[in-house]
Amino acid sequence: MTDVFASIAFYTFGLVSVGGAIGMIAARKLVHSAIFLVVSFLGVAAIYLLARADFLAGVQVLIYAGAIMILMLFAIMLTPGQVEAAGRPGQQLAAALVAGAFLVMTTFTLMGTSWPMAQTLSDKPTTEAIGQLILNRFVLPFELTSVLLLAAMVGAILIARED
Amino acid sequence: MFALTLNHFLLLGALLFSIGLFGALSRRNAVAILMSIELMFNGVNVTLVGLSRYVASANPLLGQIFAIFIITVAAAEAAVGLAIIIAIYRDRKTIEVPDFDLMKW
Repeated sequence: MTDVFASIAFYTFGLVSVGGAIGMIAARKLVHSAIFLVVSFLGVAAIYLLARADFLAGVQVLIYAGAIMILMLFAIMLTPGQVEAAGRPGQQLAAALVAGAFLVMTTFTLMGTSWPMAQTLSDKPTTEAIGQLILNRFVLPFELTSVLLLAAMVGAILIARED
Repeated sequence: MFALTLNHFLLLGALLFSIGLFGALSRRNAVAILMSIELMFNGVNVTLVGLSRYVASANPLLGQIFAIFIITVAAAEAAVGLAIIIAIYRDRKTIEVPDFDLMKW
């Protein structure tokens, strides 16, 4: 029974995230695009929960649905008077062709690969184990990431300030 | 037969990535393009999380660690990208990508 419920939840939240993504692409007003994107991000967070990635689900809500969307909304509000003209049909067609070809190609490659499947699926909470991994085995990438974030912060302030 | 499998996650990831790719190629507004790129990051992360759950490995959390680093770099990218867009808007009063022709020869 839990399998059935998990499947129903997966299809529901998958539809929510894909529907939000399509709405984001289709909406002409930028603010509407941003709202649809939040819906899509929250759907993906629920998908993470179904994959037992509880820490990542929290990170997704906090960083994507929270911080990055606030950044996007700030950028939208700080650049007023933008009415997006409809793209040229040729560009739309070319984009659809490229994206469709990419989808078909990745689907066939991913489905055709025989992955070594895990025998037992772990249901343990992940936060503590991820913390251990980051501060032991991945401590150098972790420190480099903090340098990257500092550089990005200083750079963003430097670029965006009025002089 | 109703159980969730790896293919569910791979297909959802590929779908999200392709929708984001279509948006990044077809929209003209710079902020919309940045949002589409965030969508593509999400597709990649869904794929990584699915792989990290279902594929046999010494440590089943490696895929999630990858996803966390991707999210961090995506946040840095969004901050710098939006700062550049705001700087360009201050200079040219537009964020339509076809109008960014300052460095065109």
